[in-house]
Amino acid sequence: MRDVAVIGVGMTRFGELWDRSIRSMGIEAGLGAIQDAGIYSTDLEALYMGNMASGLLIKQEHLAPLIGDFVGMGKLHLPATRIEGADASGGLALRQAYIAVASGLHDIVLVGGVEKMTDVGDARATGIMASAADQEWETFHGATLPSLYAMMARRHIHEFGTTQGMLGSVAVTNHYHGSLNPMAQFQREITMEMALESGIMADPLRMFDCAPLSDGAATLILCPVSRAREFTDKPVKILGSGLATDSLALHDRETITSLAATRIAAQRAYKRAGITFRDVDLAEVHDSFTIGEIMAVEDLGFFESGKGGKAALDGELRIDGSMPINPSGGMKARGFPPGAAGIAQAVEIVHQLRGDADRRQVKDARIGLAQNVGGTGATTVVHIFEVI
Amino acid sequence: MEVPRFWRETRARYNLEGVRCGNCEKVFFPPREVCPDCHRASIGRMEKFKLSGKGEVYSFSTIHSAPDYFKDEVPYIVALIKTDEGPMVTGQIVDWEDGEVQIGTRVESVFRKISEQGKHGIIQYGFKFKAVRRALK
Repeated sequence: MRDVAVIGVGMTRFGELWDRSIRSMGIEAGLGAIQDAGIYSTDLEALYMGNMASGLLIKQEHLAPLIGDFVGMGKLHLPATRIEGADASGGLALRQAYIAVASGLHDIVLVGGVEKMTDVGDARATGIMASAADQEWETFHGATLPSLYAMMARRHIHEFGTTQGMLGSVAVTNHYHGSLNPMAQFQREITMEMALESGIMADPLRMFDCAPLSDGAATLILCPVSRAREFTDKPVKILGSGLATDSLALHDRETITSLAATRIAAQRAYKRAGITFRDVDLAEVHDSFTIGEIMAVEDLGFFESGKGGKAALDGELRIDGSMPINPSGGMKARGFPPGAAGIAQAVEIVHQLRGDADRRQVKDARIGLAQNVGGTGATTVVHIFEVI
Repeated sequence: MEVPRFWRETRARYNLEGVRCGNCEKVFFPPREVCPDCHRASIGRMEKFKLSGKGEVYSFSTIHSAPDYFKDEVPYIVALIKTDEGPMVTGQIVDWEDGEVQIGTRVESVFRKISEQGKHGIIQYGFKFKAVRRALK
């Protein structure tokens, strides 16, 4: 296995981008990363594209060659592969690209994630997101993704005394971080009162407990560490990659207050990286729902089981706290295009480790972690990065 | 053509019919071909096993924002039911009164309409749950 580095990043702003198509977003993020890396598109050897549901959302499958073509690589006849794992599609695509470079198969690879959510209405989008759960035995009965996370939240409240205020504080913190990020969908702070009085989606989860459904794209360029300094002064090494799965349906899990896939993916990534959770300076975690962030900071080892909510309430997850989480604003405030989410996490970690995250910069950040979850936790991908 | 997709699951959905592993006797719902504990030793030994429909609420959520097929039902409750035979089952709770459904509430299954596939589509039936109320004496 060769060591692998990120040498370029690009992304669109996330949001309700009515004037943008899936290809125009793919182009912006793709060209942005190519430019950032200082390479030519003719240097690229392969493309990996994370996407959750373009077939259901815009009736367009076969996405990887489409985006590749419009990023200007059509005549290169590059290997181009779309990767799907619900809202973990981006993280999964990154892992495939990482494996391709680490194995020696390819040197310079583009890996992107893209989603066009807002060409369908809310009710239809809710149904499409629920396809990340078990269609025959969960969704069939009317379960939605928010309701499945709501059931995790209710158990977390029941077992650990987690409160609505603790859930709300995750949203307040991430909106604060979003207010510092010019690429975020939501750049306005919210108050605890706004969070606690927002409309109920699936109780106990309210509107501000749920990430928006956004359009957007994000891209990375990877190459072997041995070649990284040809392109950049600040390569960011991928120290470890961990992937784990679990039952698709929530009802088949041993527990629903913790994601086994996250715990195991993290163990695998820490082991590969040769570090422990104590070495991590900051993390981007999967906060599609506020309870997801609370479980993540517990499952990744940063806080004891049942203590994640208190950590959020105490401000420990803020960029100036003891364990900065989601400095980008997370899915909650930066926005949540499911297929791009995992790549956008990596983009933020790269900015933080390079030290060019401006007003939201975490001090002395050397090692960062990204945790990307599919559905209710049937897939978790964890990547660990270090600036070299 | 969506009819066969739903028709082939009706045994389990109408009767809460799962399976029991002939090797370790653990019960599963929905039915599985392979026991996740016994693996090869269970193949061909997963026997049909009907759940009683009785159990208790493990967790639940009242849904206010629903997909197309359930839009007219809001607010409705989706719950995880820990059945007396072991398996956890996802289903709706019906005929509830405010505050009646809590973690630990005893429930029993009822046969109900689940959804309609639009104006001209099929109507789908299956199990839901309702709280067990003590009979008035």
